[in-house]
Amino acid sequence: MQRLKARFGAAIREASLDRKQAIVLIAVEKLREISHYCRDEEKFDMLTDLTAVDWPKREKRFDVVLNLYSFAKNERLRLKAHAGETEPAPSVCEIWASANWMERECYDMFGIVFDGHPDLKRILLPDEWQGHPLRKDYDILKQDTDWVRENLGIESGQ
Amino acid sequence: MSDERITKTISGMDSVNSTVLGADEIILNMGPQHPSTHGVLRVKLKLDGERVAGSECIIGYLHRGVEKIAEHRSYQQFAPYVDRMDYVAAVSNGLGYCEAVEKLLGTEAPPRARVVRTILTELQRIASHLLWLGTHALDIGALTPVFYCFREREEILKIFEKYCGARLTTHAFRIGGLQYETYDGFEEDTKRFCNDFAHKIDEYETLLTENRIWVGRTKGVGILNAADAIALGVTGPVLRASGVKWDLRKAQPYAAYDQYEFDIPTRETGDTYDRYVVRMEEMRQSRRICLQAVENIPTGPIMARIGKVLKPPPGEVYHSIEAPKGELGYYIVSDGTTQPYRVRVRPPSFINLQAFDKMAKGSLIADVVAIIGTIDIVLGEVDR
Repeated sequence: MQRLKARFGAAIREASLDRKQAIVLIAVEKLREISHYCRDEEKFDMLTDLTAVDWPKREKRFDVVLNLYSFAKNERLRLKAHAGETEPAPSVCEIWASANWMERECYDMFGIVFDGHPDLKRILLPDEWQGHPLRKDYDILKQDTDWVRENLGIESGQ
Repeated sequence: MSDERITKTISGMDSVNSTVLGADEIILNMGPQHPSTHGVLRVKLKLDGERVAGSECIIGYLHRGVEKIAEHRSYQQFAPYVDRMDYVAAVSNGLGYCEAVEKLLGTEAPPRARVVRTILTELQRIASHLLWLGTHALDIGALTPVFYCFREREEILKIFEKYCGARLTTHAFRIGGLQYETYDGFEEDTKRFCNDFAHKIDEYETLLTENRIWVGRTKGVGILNAADAIALGVTGPVLRASGVKWDLRKAQPYAAYDQYEFDIPTRETGDTYDRYVVRMEEMRQSRRICLQAVENIPTGPIMARIGKVLKPPPGEVYHSIEAPKGELGYYIVSDGTTQPYRVRVRPPSFINLQAFDKMAKGSLIADVVAIIGTIDIVLGEVDR
């Protein structure tokens, strides 16, 4: 974390430990650059997980969360970046191939657009589905009624 | 040849590398209702004769929105839901979730609970691998092993049933420890199973390991090298068959794994045969762990003092375990209330399935079935 701070300065917004796990909040526009550095210099060779958390009251509502693992050091590092509803987050597919489906899932569930993703489309929900279910303002009983009626021939999926 | 090629665009095939098909290429759709896809997986294959030129997995048929449900349940209420993800390894799912919440609370299960959890989870690993072996062999055309595998799996499910009343979606653990004490005869049952199981594995091996048809259908099929496996985030037996000696039970021990001796089997080539060998050896190691653990179950409480209402302090945690299929992780964010703010499941099947395209490219169409089987996916976990 110290090295990250020294190298990227202001792009590292915050570095903390929560329950002994390292979390680094970074500027979203530097995400790709910092990821490159983490993989090549710090040997975080596996992107274990990429996901998002929605905080609708915040100005930039999404946290994009990357869980990295280093085989050489047997360590984990969590990178976080704030992303807004309309501005895209940079894709890390070129850095870790595993990001491909996970970014698609984030797009599907939250509507976060990943800039530079080779094929950003829905993965779990049908392509024509409207809405992004893991957003906090998407009610748990909500569904795309038109889609359900048209494709399943029933009034409601509930 | 190339100037003779008729090129045409097929709608919906954008993702299979190119929208352009050569004159000899066709698109073949496999699934979602196909016996060898182990559920509802649909694969679009771009074929050049008998060879696979590209593929795309289409998933989501079993999506139930587990992560959304979690945000509307209390921590304890959500625990049974995780069993329904990887439903052939429900105990492992439960262990991961309970430990993640315990970490979030800053507590730990008592030693006795941790050892019992280890035993049940290892039995579950054997059960999950047995199911994999039986169905995988069936896919490839060996009809016999599945009967043998289900015979032994039944014994494990009986132990689960005696312990907690359920066979498949067990909800065996609670946050903070265990709800039930072990039943009278639990140790004997486990020991008996483990002792019998040693030569049962040998039995499976006589059916398959040197069987010429089996070797012919699996050797050199679906090769995944270590660098690709790491880049694709592949974990579990698939990664170890590619030559990476990495197992979370050793790398970042949880439950009671630090107390037992066991080996991490690895292989070099990373083909379907290697993955078979690794899983077979893993069953032997699981048996070894069970035998050590059952010899010496500590006495004492089975539940930590955590109270009935769980309100973890705000913050977040990532905890992962070595599930039968790979690294199963839970990323939980708490806002200080009784319900999680966000639960993210890092499903091993989902991420391992991403390597399918790499493994299938260039192989024969008949091998696709072997490759799907060898990744060992459960669609309940892929789609959540």
